Parts: sequence; C-alpha cells; structure tokens
Amino acid sequence: MKRRLPLLLFASALALGQPLLPEFTVTLLNYVGLCALVAVGLVLLTGVGGLTSFGQAAFVGIGAYASAYLTTVHHVSPWGTLIAGMAVTTAVALFLGFITLRLSGHFLPLGTISWGISLYFLFGNLEDLGGHTGIGGIPPIDLFGWELKSGRTLYYVIWAVLLAAIVTSENMLDSRDGRAMRSLRSPVMSKAMGIDTTWYQAVIFMIAAQLACVSGWLYAHLQRFVNPTPFSLAQGIEYLFMAVVGGIANVWGAVFGAGIVILLQHWLQNWLPALVGKTANLEAVAFGLIMVVVLHRAREGFWPLLLRLLPKGRAIRSIEPAEPLPRRPLPPRGSVVLEVKNVTKRYGGLVANNRMNLTVKAGEVLALIGPNGAGKSTIFNCISGIDPPSHGQIRFLGKRVEGLDSPAIARLGLSRTFQHVRLNPAMTVLENVAIGAHLRGHKNFLQSAWRLDRDEERRLLAEAAHQAQRHGLAGQMFEPAGSLPLGTQRIVEIARALASDPSLLLLDEPAAGLRHREKQALAQLLGQLRSEGLAILLVEHDVEFVMGLADRVVVMDFGERLAEGLPEEIQTNPKVLEAYLGAAQ
Amino acid sequence: MDTQIALLLVQDGITNGAIYALNALALVLVFAVTRVVFIPMGEYVAYGALTLASLQAGNVPPTLWLLVVLGSLVALLDSIAAWRRGDARSIARILALNALMPALCAGAAYAVEPGKLAQPLQVLLTLAFVVPLGPLIYRLAFEPVAEASVLLLLIVAVAVHLVMLGLGLFFFGAEGMRTRAFTAGALKIGGFSIQFQALWILGIALALIIGLALFFERSFYGKALRATAMNRVGARLVGIPTEMAGKLTFAVAALIGTLCGVLISPITTVYYDTGFLVGLKGFVGAIIGALVSYPGAALGALLVGVLESFSSFFASAFKEVIVFTMIIPVLLWRSLRTRAAAEDES
Repeated sequence: MKRRLPLLLFASALALGQPLLPEFTVTLLNYVGLCALVAVGLVLLTGVGGLTSFGQAAFVGIGAYASAYLTTVHHVSPWGTLIAGMAVTTAVALFLGFITLRLSGHFLPLGTISWGISLYFLFGNLEDLGGHTGIGGIPPIDLFGWELKSGRTLYYVIWAVLLAAIVTSENMLDSRDGRAMRSLRSPVMSKAMGIDTTWYQAVIFMIAAQLACVSGWLYAHLQRFVNPTPFSLAQGIEYLFMAVVGGIANVWGAVFGAGIVILLQHWLQNWLPALVGKTANLEAVAFGLIMVVVLHRAREGFWPLLLRLLPKGRAIRSIEPAEPLPRRPLPPRGSVVLEVKNVTKRYGGLVANNRMNLTVKAGEVLALIGPNGAGKSTIFNCISGIDPPSHGQIRFLGKRVEGLDSPAIARLGLSRTFQHVRLNPAMTVLENVAIGAHLRGHKNFLQSAWRLDRDEERRLLAEAAHQAQRHGLAGQMFEPAGSLPLGTQRIVEIARALASDPSLLLLDEPAAGLRHREKQALAQLLGQLRSEGLAILLVEHDVEFVMGLADRVVVMDFGERLAEGLPEEIQTNPKVLEAYLGAAQ
Repeated sequence: MDTQIALLLVQDGITNGAIYALNALALVLVFAVTRVVFIPMGEYVAYGALTLASLQAGNVPPTLWLLVVLGSLVALLDSIAAWRRGDARSIARILALNALMPALCAGAAYAVEPGKLAQPLQVLLTLAFVVPLGPLIYRLAFEPVAEASVLLLLIVAVAVHLVMLGLGLFFFGAEGMRTRAFTAGALKIGGFSIQFQALWILGIALALIIGLALFFERSFYGKALRATAMNRVGARLVGIPTEMAGKLTFAVAALIGTLCGVLISPITTVYYDTGFLVGLKGFVGAIIGALVSYPGAALGALLVGVLESFSSFFASAFKEVIVFTMIIPVLLWRSLRTRAAAEDES
C-alpha cells in the first residue's frame, strides 16, 4: 500500500480539487486525460515493446465514430457502442498486427502511417459518417441512470479510466508477462527462453489500440460531436510526441507528456499573438522549436528528470518465501539426450557446418572446442532452433526438433547462454534470471494486471533468487544487470538458463572474462549439475577449464568434426594439434 | 473511358510518379545514412515552389531570411566550438561558408530585379536559397543528437516539420501559388498531346536519378555516403566523419525536394502544406519498393502516381484512401513470404 501512496495522493487531489477549478481548467484536464490514455498505450507499445505506431489517432477515431454513428443512427446505448468500437478495433488491430508484426521493425510505423491517413480520408468522405462536417447530437453516457452531461462529471470518468489504465499497466509490467514484454527488444534471447515474441507484440499492440479506442469513445461523448480532424495522421504523430516528451520508458511519462504538450500549446496560443501580433500564427513554430531544444536536452523525456528531483523511495529488497516450483523429471543418467546427425548449415555458398555429428548424454559434460570460425556457435544456433539447419537431423529427448522454432525447443527442456551476453541491462539481476523461468508460470497479462498472479509470481521470484544465490549473485540480485562486469553477466546468463529447469544446457563460452577463482567456482557448479543428472554441452576456449571438467571432447575445424574422445586423448591427438598450432614441418 | 483519357491519366500518373520517385529516393537515402525518418521532406518541395513563385512575382522570397538567420546561428555555434578547440584558423572558413554566403545571396536578390530575370536564373536563385537549409537544419537539429535512437530522431524530425510548416504559412500565407511553365504549350503526336512541362519533369527526374547513381558509384563523396549507410562505425574508423555524411545527405535531399517543388509548381497549385502528402506518397512508393532498393523505390513511386491519377478519375473522393491502402496488400504479401525476422534491435 505504501508504494501506492503518491498515486493515492494524486488521485485524491484530482477528485477533491475539481470543484475548485475553473471551467476551462477542467476542460484542459479532460483533454490531458484523454490524450494521456492514448499515450499510455504508446508507452507500452513503443517504450516497452520497441514498436512504433503513428496510427493511434485512427484507433481513437474508430472508438469515436463507432459510438457517434451507432448512437445517433441506430440509437444503440453508449455502452453497447463501446463494445462495438472495441470489437472493430480488435479486428483492425489483429489484421494490422498480422501483416506488420512479422516483418522487421520499420514496417509497423510505415504501415500505421498509411492506415492512419486512409482512415482519416475515409471518415471525411463517407456520407453515412457525415463527411467532413461530421456527426452531431451524440447522447451523453448514462451511468446507472445518471447522465454524464457536463465536462465536470465526465472529468471523473476520464481520470478514473486513466488511473485504472496506469495501475493495471504497471501491475502488468511487474509480472511474468511484463518481463516478457520488456524483453521484446531482444527477440533472439526471448525466444530462446521460450517467450512467444509475436504473441506479446500482438498483445501490446492490442492493448494500445483498445486504450486509444476507449479514449475516442470518451471523446465522442464529451464533445457530443465528431468530425475527422482530431483523428488525422498529424494527431497520431502528436500522441507519439507526448509519450516521448514525457518519457517513453514509464507510464507516468505519458500523463506528464500529455500535460506538457497540451498546456504548452494552450499557453502559446494565448500568449504568442499578444507578443508578436495577431496575424503571425507562429504557435506551431514556437512549439516545434521548444520541442527540438527539449529533446536535445532531455533525450529520455521529462519524467526521469522529475524523478531525479524527488526523494528516492526504497525499492523492495526482500524475497518472500514461497513453495518451490515443480521440476521436470530428468532423463535417466547415461541415456542419450541430444543427438545431432549429419547436420549441414549453409549460408549461400558458405558451408558453416558440414555433416556434423555429436551426442550428449544425461549426467555428462560434452565440450565442443575448435579454432575461431570453426562453426561452434552455428551448431549451437541449429540445436536451439535460432537458425535451423539446412540438412540433417537433430533429436532432443528422442524427438525430432530440427524443424521447430526456439520457443518450442525451449519448452521441451533445452536452455542456453550466448557468446555475446544478451541480458536486459535495465532490469535487475533477479528479473533477468526470472525471465528464464518464463515457461514455468502460466498466469496471463489480464490476471497480472489485476494482481491475480501474486502466488505464482512469488514462486517464480523465489526460484530466480534461488538460482542467483546458487551462482554467488546473492549480493547483486537487485542491481541492474547492465552495471555488472562482463564475467558476472555471463554468470547471470547461466543462472537464467537454469531457472528454466532444463534437461540440456548449452553454454557458449561460459568462462570467458572470468577470473581464476570464479572459473573454479563455475567448474564446481557445473560438476554439481552434472551429478544431478543434467546434460551439458559447452563451447569454451580455456583448455584448462575444459580438460578439467569435460567427460568427452569434440573438436571442430572448418565446420566439420575433426576428432572426438576423452580429454587426455584429445590433448595428444596430432590432428588437433595441427589445427590449433599448425603443422610441424 | 476512351484511350484518349486513359493516355492522359497515364501521362499524369507518370509525371506525378516521377516526383514521388524522387522523394522516395531522398527518403531512403536520408534514412540509410542518418537513420532519420525525414518527415520534413515535403517542406523543401513547398519552399522550392513558393520561393520560385515569389521570385517570379518580383518579391524577395522570405526563405532568404531563414537562410540568413540559420546561417548566422550555425556560424556562431561552430565558431565558438572552433575557438574552444583552439582551432581559431578555421573560424574564417566557418564564417565565410555560413554567414557570408547567405549574405551574398541576399545581396544578389536585392541587386537584381528577381521578377525580370530569365527563368533558369530564377530557378538557380531558388536552389541557392533553399538547398543550404538542408545541411543547416541538419547541423542545428539533428547533429547534436546524431547517436540517439531512431525514435528520438523521428520525433525531432516531426518537430522540425512543425517548425518549417508553420514558417511556410508565415512566409507565404495560406494561398496557393503557381509558377510559369519552363516551356509553355504541348507536344502533339498524332491525336495525343503531352505538356512540355511533363517532359521537363520526366527529363530532369531521369537526369537526377542518373546523376545520383553516378554520384554514388563514381564520386569519392558518394562512396563515403554509401559506406556510412552500410556501417556508421566502420565508416568513421576509416576517416569518414558522420557529421559530413549527415550534412551532405541533407543537402542532396534538400536539392531533390527543392527541384521537385520547382518542377511541379507550373502544373499544380502549391500550398504551404502541399509537400507533406507528396513526401508521404514518396514513403508509400518506398515501402512498395522494399525501402532498401533504390530502383524498387522508384518503380513503387511510379505505380503510386499512376494509381492515384486513375483513382482520381474514377473515385476522386477516395483517391487518398486508395493510394494509402495500397500498401496493405504489399505488406501482406511480404509478410507471408518472410520468415519471422529475428534480429535484435541495434
């Protein structure tokens, strides 16, 4: 409750202050609230998910026009039109999402530009929707027999909806699904942890669209009149503007940005003509100039600046005890877990892997070594489904997996780390590790928005904390992962991989950047995991580390298997020595 | 519809399409080199057209004052920076380039009677007034945040668009203007006539495209821009300054935009806000043409032009709807063909 104190204060100030405010201020605040609702959606979409949309104004338009048309022509109640508007929004968002989300990053913004423009011209040219003159005579919202006729009464509804959207968004971001959404900017890592990135992109796109639609619905019943102008591309760009100026990384930035932009425009409209003469019409110029300066000075927007001025609240630094998560049964020791058979990977004419073969058994550490460029990381990517092989078979726990994508393979019980560390630098170590446990939770974003996921969340975080402590990260659990030294970040990756409770662990150069003591600790930990029955496949350059730990060693060169055997055999194998040191002439 | 009308529509479409193609090329270029989604592209079109129109009306175009102000600002900032570096010798060059040149332009505009000049000279003056706004605006608005995210650069571009649009209204008023055709009249072939201005547009567009191709293939600076587009850090390591690449790119984009404005103003009335839609249609062309391939972008833009002229004949109210919805099937097709992209954002 203590955490929510600023919010409660803000909400009560808004509620109690309303009767004291002049009419005009209430009107301004209503618009701030409506815009902030759209901007909250953009924070989720753009700030969290890394997707950019210019078309939010068009979703606002759908909400507004659906209500305007159905209430005036078909006399549907405003509550019915809200559902209708959201249904249309759902259909449009699903379609747009389907065609753009699978493409690379630049297509969503460009797709939404086009759709924003066409919808605007469509509103303006359809006779049924009143053309450019619009639709008037929209009835007020009826709340349990109480007609919300004035801006003063709708004020409560608008701000209640906005605050609800903010609280539920914050709840959602602070959960299993939220962590998945915050990882969308690194899809390779997310997918390897079993996160269905397309699903989460679609979810946040849908949430942003629905928030915009609700804002439009409220707008229509506040104005009681709609025309196409407020739903143009220019307005769509302005919403994005508000979110960026306020601070795109935080939902409160949306409110702040909407407030700044609307108030600034209002003041400029009031004061500028007095300063430079009435005919000049220079508000847009002044506004743009101020914005350029602001963006140069505060790239992260205003909200982080404001936070710096406020006293820092103490973050929660304790882990509540919880019942451990269920574990998957490990295959019997000595049984084959992974079998790679004749795998070939081609990139155009380049053969990165040529008819590679290897097997890993439960309770065994298999080391894959070879000179740089031998194709070790390529085979890792083939096995974990990031980049499927061109030919050959891969069996994991008896199942063919070479055609599966990486979330599906992760679900079967394979987890991995990356040669180039892929952590979310802004998240804490604990949260990063908890991403690994993604597949062990099942509550969805709606449940987490309303805090119905807390039991499961406690168990997930307890598991993450357990893995972090086991890897000697107990002291750094609440530090941002990006602040740790590179070697420690690798350890965080291993803890994250283990949080998924895998049967097979793929480690890509886990010891690189570690000091001697840390390497010893890591070797000891991996030895312990082996004795628990885990299968481990690792790529490593540190020969001492490999020879001390591995049960068997496979040597690769030029994409092919050069040798395989016990560590001591490999160390004396002439072919291996030649590959590493060159032929003795 | 008979063949006569169809041919007329095709002619119209290709003429407009050529303009969109030039815009598309400039947009792709700017994005590739600087990562800026160049929303203010259309403002250069409008400034070009309206500056030429006010020269032809015998006025000193107000864009000149923008040039002088921005030039002095850049001269001041760069001189201070050079002084702080202890590089006092380059101050003379900075002043000459940023303050003296605009002043000379202003002097020229007052020394001659612009309304009585020959048309090619008026066009040259227009280019001299508007094109330097490209690198100047890059220096002031984008260079300080050149390393920021694509999103921030985009928002800065939007702010610059608002400023330039507002200034356009302030400078030229809300009324549209036209300019004289380069060559009046039409070429008659059989029963069919082609306006000379349309030929001018196609000819200059083609020349510009070939010129750009040569610039990028042959010239040192063109190669430097391509290197920057492919790998910014790598280009800097071999000694290509990002700032130079940015300014040069913006100069090329401003040149293309201004020329487009000069070319279309005899056939359509240009308003201060006409450019935005022209630029956006360039975007649509660029998307259709895959955003990465220059010939693809140009072909896409031609398609947009033709589609636009036919839809304005059959369903003129829905012209924009049709043009902008056209990219949906294109995106759909690309989406169905592409395996889900899984590269991390840089």
